[in-house]
Amino acid sequence: MVNMNSYQTFSSHVRDNSPVALVTVIEGPHVGATMVVTPAGIVGGSLGNPDIDRIVARDALGELEAGRTLVRHYGPHGESTPEDLIDTETVRIFIESFSPPPLMWIFGAVDFTAALARVAKVLGYHVTVCDAREVFATRRRFPMADEVKVTWPTPMFTENGHRLTSRDAVCILTHDPKFDVPAIQGALATSAGYIGVMGSRKTHAKRLERMAEVGITSAADLARVHSPIGLDLGGRTPEETAISIVGEIIATRTGRNASPLGASDGAIH
Amino acid sequence: MRELLTDIDRWQADGKRVAVARVVDIEGSGPRGAGAAMAVNQDGEVSGSVSGGCVESAVVSEALAILSGEQPSRVVTFGYSDDEAFAVGLTCGGIIHLFIQPLEW
Repeated sequence: MVNMNSYQTFSSHVRDNSPVALVTVIEGPHVGATMVVTPAGIVGGSLGNPDIDRIVARDALGELEAGRTLVRHYGPHGESTPEDLIDTETVRIFIESFSPPPLMWIFGAVDFTAALARVAKVLGYHVTVCDAREVFATRRRFPMADEVKVTWPTPMFTENGHRLTSRDAVCILTHDPKFDVPAIQGALATSAGYIGVMGSRKTHAKRLERMAEVGITSAADLARVHSPIGLDLGGRTPEETAISIVGEIIATRTGRNASPLGASDGAIH
Repeated sequence: MRELLTDIDRWQADGKRVAVARVVDIEGSGPRGAGAAMAVNQDGEVSGSVSGGCVESAVVSEALAILSGEQPSRVVTFGYSDDEAFAVGLTCGGIIHLFIQPLEW
C-alpha cells in the first residue's frame, strides 16, 4: 500500500468490490487529470485545482451512491450553478461509478443452481449458493459461485438480509416446503429487487396456500414474488431455465414486458 | 473498466504503455453505455470493447496516436454523418463520445 499511484489505488478498490468513483477532466484545463474518490473522500490524484477537487469530489460521492456514470459541467473553479457558467470556460468532467457487483442468493443446491450461478456470473453478479444440506452445498459442486453457505434460510436472512438492495436478486430453487416458504418470508423482509421461486403450476398453487398460512397474503407481497420463476421461453434444460430466470430479472429491473422486439416498435435502449 | 484490469496490469508489468478509451456519452441508439471501456497497449494489443465492433479499429488508431504524442488526450466522437466526421460510425445510427487518454495517472 506504499506509494500507490492513482491507478493502483483505483484498481485495488475495484478488485476489493469496494465502491469507488473515477473522475476525469475530459475538456477544459488539465484534460486527462484524474482523481479517485471513495466514501472516505479523495484517495488519489487531483483535477489540478483544490476548489474543483473539493466540489467535484462531493458530487462524485453522490453519483457513486446512486451508481451513476455521467458527464458533469463546471466553471474553472468548480462553479456549478447555471448562472455562474454563463460566459465562462466550461470544464467537462466524467464521473464513473464503480459500485460493488449486485448480489444473487440462490437457495437450493440443485442442478439448476449450477447453471443459474454460471449465467449470473456472466452478468456480473456476486453469487451465493445456500442450502441446509451439507452434502449438497459444497464448493466442489459450485466452483463458479462466489460463496457456498450451509445454512437454513431464516438465519441467512436474519444475519445478512440487510445487505440486499433493489439491485439484488433472490432465487429460490428448492421445492421443499421446509425451505421455500421461510426463504420467501425472509426475502420479502428485505429490499431485494427480484424474488423468484421455482416450481410447477401445481407446486405454485400449493405453495400459495402455505404462504397464506404464514400470513403472506397482501397483494404487494404476492406481486414481489415471481412464481413460477422465469420467462416462458419453453426451455427445459438447467441452462435454458437459467436464461429464462435472468431474462425475467432483467425485465423486472427495466419494467419491460419481455416480448420480441420484432413484435413491437419504439426505442430499444 | 473492471474487466480490463488484469490485461492492463500485465502490460504495465511488461513495461508497456497503455491508453484507455472510455465511452463518456451516447446519443441515440448505442450498443454500450457510458463507462464501456477498452485498453490499447503500445503494440496495438486490445482488451475490452466500446461498441458492438463498429468503431474498435478506429479507436485503436486514435489510441496509438495519443500514446505516441501525435494527438493529445481528448474526446473523440464517432457517428456524425457530416464531412467533419470520422470515417466509421455505429451501424445502429447512434453517436458515441469516447475519452481517450494514456493511462498515466
